[in-house]
Amino acid sequence: MKDNGSAKRVIRKDDLTFLQKTYITEIAKGLRLTVSKIFKPKFTHNYPDEPWPFQPSFRGRPVLVEEDGIERCVACGLCSRVCPSLAIEVQASETELEKERYPIRFEINMIRCIFCGFCEEVCPEEAIVMSDEYLVAFYQPKDAIYGKDKLLMSTERLAKRLAFLKENR
Amino acid sequence: MATITFNGKEYQVDENTTILQAAIELGIEIPYFCWHPKLSISGNCRMCLVEVERMPKLVIACMTKVADGMVINTMNERVITAREAVMEFLLINHPLDCPICDEAGECKLQDYAYNYSRGVSRFDETKVHKPKRVPLGPKVMFDAERCILCSRCIRFCEEVVRKPQLHFVQRGDHTTIETFPDEELDNPYSMNVIDICPVGALTSRDFRFRSRVWEMASTESVCIGCARGCNTYLWTRNNQVMRLTPRINESVNSHWMCDYGRLSTYKFVNDDLRIQEPMIKQDDKQIEVAWETALKTAAQRLKEFKPNEIEVIASPFTTNEDNYILAKFTRKITKAKMIEYIDHINEGDEDDILIRADKTPNNTGVRLLGLRENDTGTTLHEIKEAIRQKKVKCLIVMNEDLLEREEFRNILSSLELLIVHSWRHNKTTAIADIVFSAATYAEVEGTITNFEGRVQRLKPAIITKGENRALEGLSMSRWDTFGTAYDKWGRGPRRNARSGWEVFSQIANLMGEKFTYQSAEEVFNEISEKIPAFKGLSYQSIGRLGAMAKTHEKVGV
Repeated sequence: MKDNGSAKRVIRKDDLTFLQKTYITEIAKGLRLTVSKIFKPKFTHNYPDEPWPFQPSFRGRPVLVEEDGIERCVACGLCSRVCPSLAIEVQASETELEKERYPIRFEINMIRCIFCGFCEEVCPEEAIVMSDEYLVAFYQPKDAIYGKDKLLMSTERLAKRLAFLKENR
Repeated sequence: MATITFNGKEYQVDENTTILQAAIELGIEIPYFCWHPKLSISGNCRMCLVEVERMPKLVIACMTKVADGMVINTMNERVITAREAVMEFLLINHPLDCPICDEAGECKLQDYAYNYSRGVSRFDETKVHKPKRVPLGPKVMFDAERCILCSRCIRFCEEVVRKPQLHFVQRGDHTTIETFPDEELDNPYSMNVIDICPVGALTSRDFRFRSRVWEMASTESVCIGCARGCNTYLWTRNNQVMRLTPRINESVNSHWMCDYGRLSTYKFVNDDLRIQEPMIKQDDKQIEVAWETALKTAAQRLKEFKPNEIEVIASPFTTNEDNYILAKFTRKITKAKMIEYIDHINEGDEDDILIRADKTPNNTGVRLLGLRENDTGTTLHEIKEAIRQKKVKCLIVMNEDLLEREEFRNILSSLELLIVHSWRHNKTTAIADIVFSAATYAEVEGTITNFEGRVQRLKPAIITKGENRALEGLSMSRWDTFGTAYDKWGRGPRRNARSGWEVFSQIANLMGEKFTYQSAEEVFNEISEKIPAFKGLSYQSIGRLGAMAKTHEKVGV
């Protein structure tokens, strides 16, 4: 059959010496490399037991900033408007607090979220920020809709990101 | 006519207009806050400053009459600088409230801040703070900080409603608006001040924070609160009606609508009391069934009765199309002699602005269709007597709660068959044998006729079960356009409802007739062919603003 040149045929040399035929030198070469690396520092990471240390610029899942027990969000709906994948739904309501308005329902559909960070960028209150959490997996599509219960995160927990935003905005 | 020059281009305009009116007519943009076409000229916002050659200073376009040979500049550097200055002054004490302000998205100040302001503030001092949540009346909330003192609301109450209730108090940057002592803003048109407020100072307490304006889709519709038929926009989100606002129609409602119409005619559409599915009574219990079953049952049971044992009550609350088909159904299929409808007139509840005593939107239409003055001349009283004497054993009711009326209590239970087509649960549907879930005015295509005989179109704004917004050609918000059926905003509550003409032509077909209408428009075309008063009308000729029916023509077929 013709080979059409698709894969070049490797033809083993048939004039190998005895030493070459035993492969001992080649095995020794390989082992030398292995042994030389064993005593050098490791590059691999023991994931997921050891979480990866994140830079504050990392964009994990978006969360709502919780300050003094309440969300900063005033439910202006800009995140929802800017979201290119239409992941965010906000329903506003009135509160007695000075901010007048708060989200009675705030939902992010994590199946739709693409972690672009536009919501964080557009937010006039710095109320929605990208956290360092990125483990979002679910068994049911309906579990992917994160309500306020899953979205609220305290300012202390988000201190690094908030400081980063303050500096880089 | 006067020849004037706008930005180097000559135009012919009527010499009795102002520069601003001429500019609006010619499509030249001059920004303004305090001027309103239906109110007196106040000239206090100074936003419409333009340069008129040979006048020493800039003049306000809203107050200056055009004159022959006038040369006006609306975009030169002097005007732009002046506008920027005016915007800067207006924004000195205006809070940066856009994220929490309901007006955001339809705010004149916001738009002009983009188009005509410097873009940055030079004001370092503390802003003047004023009360932020002042209920001016039962329906209107006032935010004093946001007010730019254009006085539109004050002039509206004085000039349109002729009931002055608002006024300015204090001086300088502490000026604010208050109601007169011991009075509140409670006139029947008070919510129009929300529409004319160019900023978010006056907001609706009903709509407050319920939705952002850009999240909703708006559909042109007509208010069904009374026989006036004010033109409206229906604002919908997530398949729910969120609010109504007036739509300009000089021959009907000008720029206004009443508070009753605005607040009371949309809530029942989203209501939990809506009938979700058609129902039939089995063993004294109403159970939800499929449309086919309900229609078949109705057709079968109707055959049990002789023509003079059946009565029909039509409805001035629904469309011409529904009533026409019901009348045709009555005359052709059941051959019942009796068809009537009930007036809903609240004597005294009317004024010379918009509100009419007749609280139904289509009374004239039903009359013109000949449902009352037909050859038999049945009256409501006769129908009642016939039921009482058990001459009539079957009653078909469309969108009417008969048990709300004293005279019908105790007599309906003697009926052998009561068929009700209704959009919500009420006392009559509770005892009905067959209940058809009706589509409301927000879900149907159709026409209604106001008290003057103006035929106006209703368009569907929300969908019923089995329909698709895009395929039905409804107005779409961004969410509707890009969402999928699995997204929350793509679902929303839906009812398995149908309009009257569909239901009764389907029953007619089951009973051996051929009602082959595919759409409300086909029904209307037949109406315009057959009914002299509607001659020559079509959905196209009715258009956005309606068309007059010939009310003096002989009524009926």
